[in-house]
Parts: sequence; structure tokens; C-alpha cells
Amino acid sequence: MSMTADVYDRRQDRRPWLKRLADASEPYLYSAPALILIIVVMLVPLVVGISYAFRDIQLLNPFSGGFIGLEHFETLSKDRAFYTALKNTLWWTGASVFLQFGFGLILALLLDKPFMGRGIVQALVFLPWAVPSFLAGLNWAWLFNPVIGPIPHWLFDLGLMSQPGNILSDPQYAMWGPIIANVWWGIPFFAITLLAALQSIPRDLYEAASIDGASWFQRFWSITLPFLAPTIAITVLLRTVWISNFADLIVVMTGGGPADRTQIVASYIFTQAFKALDFGYASAIALVLLVLLLAYSMLIILLRQTLLNKG
Amino acid sequence: MKTSLLPTIAHRLAILAYVIFALFPLYWLFKVSLTPNDLLYSEGVRMWPSRTTWEHYSFVLQHSAFPTFFKNSLIVSGSTAIIVTICASLSGYALSRFSFRAKYWIVGLMLLTQMFPLVMLVAPIFKILTPLGLTNSLTGLIVVYTAFNVPFATFLMQSFFDGIPKDLEEAAMIDGATKFTAFREIILPLTLPGIAATLGFVFTAAWSELLFALMLINGNNAATFPVGLLTFVSKFSVDFGQMMAAGVLALIPAALFFLLIQRYLVQGLTAGAVKG
Amino acid sequence: MASIDIQNVKKAYGHVQVLHDIDLQIKDGEFVVLVGPSGCGKSTLLRMIAGLEGVTGGEMRIDGKRVNELHPKDRDIAMVFQSYALYPHMNVAGNMSYSLKLRKTAKKKIAAAVASAASKLGLDPLLDRRPKALSGGQRQRVAMGRAIVRQPKAFLFDEPLSNLDARLREQMRAEIKKMHGDLKATSIYVTHDQIEAMTLADRIVAMHGGVVQQVGAPLELYDRPANLFVAGFIGSPGMNFLDATYANGNVTLKDGTVMALPAPLAVADGAKVTVGIRPEHVVMGGEGSGMAASVDLVEPTGFGIILHLSLHGLAFKVFTLDRAALSAGPSVHVSFPAQHLHVFDDKGDRCVAR
Repeated sequence: MSMTADVYDRRQDRRPWLKRLADASEPYLYSAPALILIIVVMLVPLVVGISYAFRDIQLLNPFSGGFIGLEHFETLSKDRAFYTALKNTLWWTGASVFLQFGFGLILALLLDKPFMGRGIVQALVFLPWAVPSFLAGLNWAWLFNPVIGPIPHWLFDLGLMSQPGNILSDPQYAMWGPIIANVWWGIPFFAITLLAALQSIPRDLYEAASIDGASWFQRFWSITLPFLAPTIAITVLLRTVWISNFADLIVVMTGGGPADRTQIVASYIFTQAFKALDFGYASAIALVLLVLLLAYSMLIILLRQTLLNKG
Repeated sequence: MKTSLLPTIAHRLAILAYVIFALFPLYWLFKVSLTPNDLLYSEGVRMWPSRTTWEHYSFVLQHSAFPTFFKNSLIVSGSTAIIVTICASLSGYALSRFSFRAKYWIVGLMLLTQMFPLVMLVAPIFKILTPLGLTNSLTGLIVVYTAFNVPFATFLMQSFFDGIPKDLEEAAMIDGATKFTAFREIILPLTLPGIAATLGFVFTAAWSELLFALMLINGNNAATFPVGLLTFVSKFSVDFGQMMAAGVLALIPAALFFLLIQRYLVQGLTAGAVKG
Repeated sequence: MASIDIQNVKKAYGHVQVLHDIDLQIKDGEFVVLVGPSGCGKSTLLRMIAGLEGVTGGEMRIDGKRVNELHPKDRDIAMVFQSYALYPHMNVAGNMSYSLKLRKTAKKKIAAAVASAASKLGLDPLLDRRPKALSGGQRQRVAMGRAIVRQPKAFLFDEPLSNLDARLREQMRAEIKKMHGDLKATSIYVTHDQIEAMTLADRIVAMHGGVVQQVGAPLELYDRPANLFVAGFIGSPGMNFLDATYANGNVTLKDGTVMALPAPLAVADGAKVTVGIRPEHVVMGGEGSGMAASVDLVEPTGFGIILHLSLHGLAFKVFTLDRAALSAGPSVHVSFPAQHLHVFDDKGDRCVAR
């Protein structure tokens, strides 16, 4: 509706100025509470946080607070732990998104077909999403624990482990712990959005394709995927950004260990801020992460634009 | 169409596999919480213990600060959910029904907030809230959580509003309603599923939040469930039965809320996905 | 009841002008139909009268009072939407009484108004139902009922019948006409269906491209269309158009056929013109009367017959009630009576007699 947004011819407009002001400000009044909150609690701290990256801010040191220019970034460029964390972030994000998406898509396809009890099944398979992330982390940490969890024993029985041990303390495989927990926790998000997109595909397209003799796979390739493509693009982009920022599971399950093998940038920031209380350095790392994520998003959006223009 | 048995069986088996994968960890949580301590090590990997007990629950409820944590979490999540839903209804309505100059800036700002690492805000928010006396207080947490959840909730509400034909509020205005009356009496009642979905979504999100709760809260009095559980874990890391009993208790409100509103949530995301 | 004055009204979205200098005076109690193809601006004009769209320029008056800046709720008009726009969460009675409740009308009065409107429309047994439980025709009636309980200054109808099937549409059309006869309410009705326009209107406003093409009584538009657009839009099957040249009170078709006009026209000799004749005005005769045309296609409609003919390569249609036409051979003889010829100049405007 464009009532209040209409361009009135100014000479014609005989509304009193107060009324005109009220009409023009209506959408702003509606958005004001949300906007004020976002600006005060998110935007202002963001700007302050960016400024911290160039200052010496240590919580327990009363003499800190001075402007130090690019010193944090110089330290950062030589910080081996940061590079490890960056590499781990790629691995963590890539594997999590790929597996969440893959299993989510399969689940969505399975649920798209009507069957008895679909409503209940849907509620049950989406349930992990409602589990608080810290609890999901604890829950999986316990499952991996050889004392009370079954997984190490199963792996031992299958001959994949020489003795029932905890993979979370095994430097080589530790990252798989949080990734599996993350996949378990994140499949529903992809399944819900993809299912929604699937159900918006006109059914007669499939019928027409069947009559034309297309096999299941051909129908999937030539109808389903093209229809899902926009949803896939946007959800994968959003999830990638979100998961690379998502430190809860790692903080809860491994705390970044063993030997920083599961430390991602987001958890590293948290460690610096919360454990080392070095807010300045933490902000510098966060700023680098923000720039990387923005660059990634821009790249994806540009790529999508080019592909769209071609097609 | 010929219906063959084999694909149907494969389909049901695949579904079953998903259900098991989704529920098994929760089942295990529940199982261990019922296992008596003396059986924990001897029967650690059995599917069901030979004896069960509720003693872990009664210990958690009687001899720990969990009732306080529970109450705190309920206050924080409940207030956050209500405030966010009110703010997001208003802003989602503005985005859905008006075209105004700053609209694209507002959408851009909200998208940006979904993009940057929230950990970046920990230090500044701490510094800003301390002089206001809002650290170590539930109010501070509510304010922070509300702001964090408003952007997504706004998009969610917007997609619900977009699903309501604008003819309806035009009809109401012609019937003699102001724009705000039309919003309140015609549009809002029709958005009840959307409001339920938003309430549930935000409640769950606030119930789960850990990092800011850890940073902004110090000590047991204002600790929320996640913080309480985590300190409990690091303090008594061998009392598995009690920890898991506490875990089950933490799960109940979020899971209940989710099961109640999941239908509407799917519906809301559907509208959003179709649009996007 | 009220008159509506539209003076020099314009509407633009950014730089795109969708309505150009609309001038229209609607008298108290008149039934005016805005008709035209989709995108001609008729709905926009109606929505501007309702106050749902702003006015870019010009002045709009209801009952003599300028309403340009007035909110829809303060205009005291009722509108029936194409989608009906019934409130899904209220029952029929709730839908019909909502406007009165907003006006804080006394409960007794509301009940009486709803009851009387419901009985007029045959809605009494449905008052407790939700819109979801109603058929398309019933919903349409509720939308009408919601408008009439108000006794507003004017009724606006935005293609109210286009979601109904053909039979129901015919029935509702008659009911709307009867209701207007009873209530004598100023009504503005938007449609793209020329039959609805012809049957309902006291006056038709034919619109095209954001410009009013002709305003007049239905038969005036039918008998004396002001331009090619109106001539082609009103009437079904549509008017035949043939290119021709004018000279000395005669028109000469491309194939050399010369036809005499009843009176000389105010155009220069040798000017290019378009000659129009309605299919129902073409006269078919036996051998020796008029010109021989070949039959391309015969379409019986049950009521009459439409013949697609061609005359030396010029295609045109004939409508006749004579069933003999069904068994017409490969060619028939036709003549174009001079009194039924319409002549339009090269700009498409009707040529007037000198």
C-alpha cells in the first residue's frame, strides 16, 4: 500500500503541515522501537568494538585504553594460533554447511511425499532445532564420552578404534565431534526452508514431465533443482556466515582443544575476551573476521548476479 | 500410476533413520538421567538400565541453584519473547505495508546485524552496560537479547503480514477504521499464527543463549540455565546423572514451546522462502 | 447520498502518469460505470475516490466538499472489492456490522440495520457463518450487505462480479440494478465487461490509457461512439472497421466499392478515413441485392449466428437472427445501410456532418 508514500504535488497538497508530518512519519513510528534497540544495542557497540581494535583495552588493567594504531593487527599477522583458527574455521564451516545441506535436502525430499503420520514425524525430526545449543553440545560431548556414551563402544566394536576412547580429546579427529553435533542440530533449518520451497513448486509441472517420460532423476534435475536454486543460494549464504560465527558448540564441547585443534576464529575471539580479558585484541580479530565474511558475501552475491545475467 | 512396494519401504526406512538420528541423543540424555549412580559404570552402554531412579531429579531440584536458574531463564526468555514480538510486529508491519525512503536502509541494517560476529559486541556491550548497572542483571540480558532477536523476528513477521491481502485493511479503512485500528482489529488477529511462531522462536533462542549470559552475568543469583548448567558441569564433572537430569529439565520448556508452534513456524518460513 | 465532482484530476507514480486530467461530474443518485480494458486507469480512479490512492493533481469533491486530503474513513463511502475482502475472523453479521461498531452506533440500531440488509440479500440463515464457509455468490452478497448497512454517501464497486461464474454474474447484475432502483444511491462501478456497463449504467465513462474517451448514456455510446476505441470496445461481436477514402459525401473502400453517406462530412476530399459498421447492422439479402461476399466461417451462438465474411479481401463479421444463414452457400449478398455507417478520421475521432 502506498497511501502515505504517494508523491503529493506540493502546491496541490492542502493538508495541514502537522498532518503531513504525521502521515510521512507513520512507517518510522512503527519501526522506531525495533530500530532504536538495534542501533543502541548493536550498531553503537559495533562501532565502539571497531574502535577497540585500535586501542589497548584490557579489563583488569586500569592503565589500558590508549590508542595504539595497528599494533593489534601486527601481532595478529604473526599469531600462529590465529592462522590455525582460520584454517579450522574453513574446515568447520565447510563440513558443517555441506553436511547440513545434504542431509537437510534429503530430509525435505522425503517429507515432501505425503504419508501417514507425516505431521508427527515432521515435529520429531525438527525437534533437535529446539534443543538449546549449549545443551546440544553437552549432549553430544556425553555421547562421545567413553564412560557414559555409547559411540566410542560402537566404534570399538566396528573395529574403527583400538580402544573405546574419546574422539574429542584425539587431536586428529576432535573437530568431527562439534561438526557432528552441529549437523544434528542444523539439519532441521535446511529441511524446513527447503521443504517450504519444494511445496511451492506447482505439482502439474511434475505431472507434465512424467507424461513426457522423464525419470525421477530427470525430474529432480530439470524441475526441482532449478526451482530450489534461489532458496539454496540464500540459505547456504546465510548459514555459512552464521556457522562461521557460531562458537557455542566448540566452547562447550572442547573449549578449542586439544592443542587448539578445534579452535575456530569465533571461539578464539571468545577465549581472548572472556579468558584473557584482552578486549582490544579480541576486537581486532573480530574485525578481521567481519571483513572476511563481508568479502565472502559480496563475492557470492556478485557470482549469483553474473550467473543470473547469463541465464 | 503403479505403486511399487520397494521404493515405499526405502522411503519409510529412510524416514525412520532420520527420526532415530534426531531422537537418539535426547533419548540417551533421558536414559542416563534415570540411571542410578551405582549402575552408571557397569551398565554404561546398555539401552535401558536394569533399575531406574528419579533421585537425580530430586537432588537437582532440592540441593542446587537450578530452580533459581530455571526461574531466571523463564523470566529472561519470556520477557524477551514478548517484547521482541511486539517490536517485530510493528516493524514487520511497516516493512510489509509501507514504501518509504528509509526502507531499504532499514532492511540493509537488519541484514547486516545477521552478518557480523556477535562476539565482537561482547566487550563494548559490557563496557556500556556496566555504568548503567545492567551487568549482572536480568534486565540487561533482556535488553541485549531483545535487540539480537528483533531483526530476524521482523523478517518473520513481515512474511506473515505479506500473506494477508491488503484489501482487508483497505476495506476496514473504508468501513471507518484508522490505519492503526485496522492493524489492531483486522490484521493482528489474522497474524496470530505468525505471532505464535515468533514468540516460540525468540523464546527458544533466548533460552539457549550462552556467550552473553556468561559474559554479562557473574554469580548464581542472575545466572540463566545455560550458565548454571555449564558451571555445574565444570564443577561436578563426574555427576553425570545429575547433569543430565538438569539437561532434561532445561530441554522441557524449549521443546514444549517448539512442539506447540512448529506448524506455524514452518508456515512462516514457507511464506518467507517462497518470497525470497 | 451525494454528488461527486472530479475536476482535472491527475495521478502519477514517480514520472509515470497513469491518469490525465480526468473531469467527471456525478450527480446525486446516479449510477456511473467506469469501463475500459485492464490498465486503463479505471480502478485507480475509483481507489482515488475512495481515498486509497493519493491525488497527484486536480480536485475531488464529495457533496461539494474537497476530499483530496481526507482519509478513507472520513469520506463516508462504501466499497465492494473484487476479492470481497471479507474479514475472515468475523462471521457474516460481524462483517456487516463492523463499520457501524466503529461509528459507535447503538447496539439496537446495528442489529436492526444488519437484519434489514440481510433480509434484502437473503442472508438471514447465514449470519453466524464465517466467510470460509460461504460460496462465492454468498460472499459477494455479504460484501454488498456490508456496504448497504452503512447508508453511505456513495457506493463504489471494483469489478465486484468478475470472480463469479457466468450464471451467477447475470443474476447478481440484475440484483445490483434492482438494489440501485430501491436505494437510489450514488454508485460508481468499475468493470471491463461492456455488457455489465451497458446494462447497469445511467452513464458510462469509457476510459483508455488514463484518458476519458467518452461519457454518455449506454445507448449514446452504442449509437454514436466518439472514437475508434469506444466503437470497438462497446458491442459484441465488435464493430467492423474498413479503411476507406472520403470524397464528396461518399466513401470509397480499398477494393473500389463506393458507398454513399446520408450527409456530407466535415473532412477534406481525399482524406483517409475508417468506416465502421456493427455486425448486427449489416443486411443480408438475396441474389442481386448488394455485394457478393464469400463465407469464411459460420459460428452459431444459439441465439443468433455470426458469419465471418470477406469482400475482395476485406474481412468483416455479420450477426443475424435468421437461421437460414446457417445453410448459406459459399457466398452471400450483403449491403451496408448508410444510416448505420460510422466514419472516423485518421486520428480515430468520429467525423461529424458538415
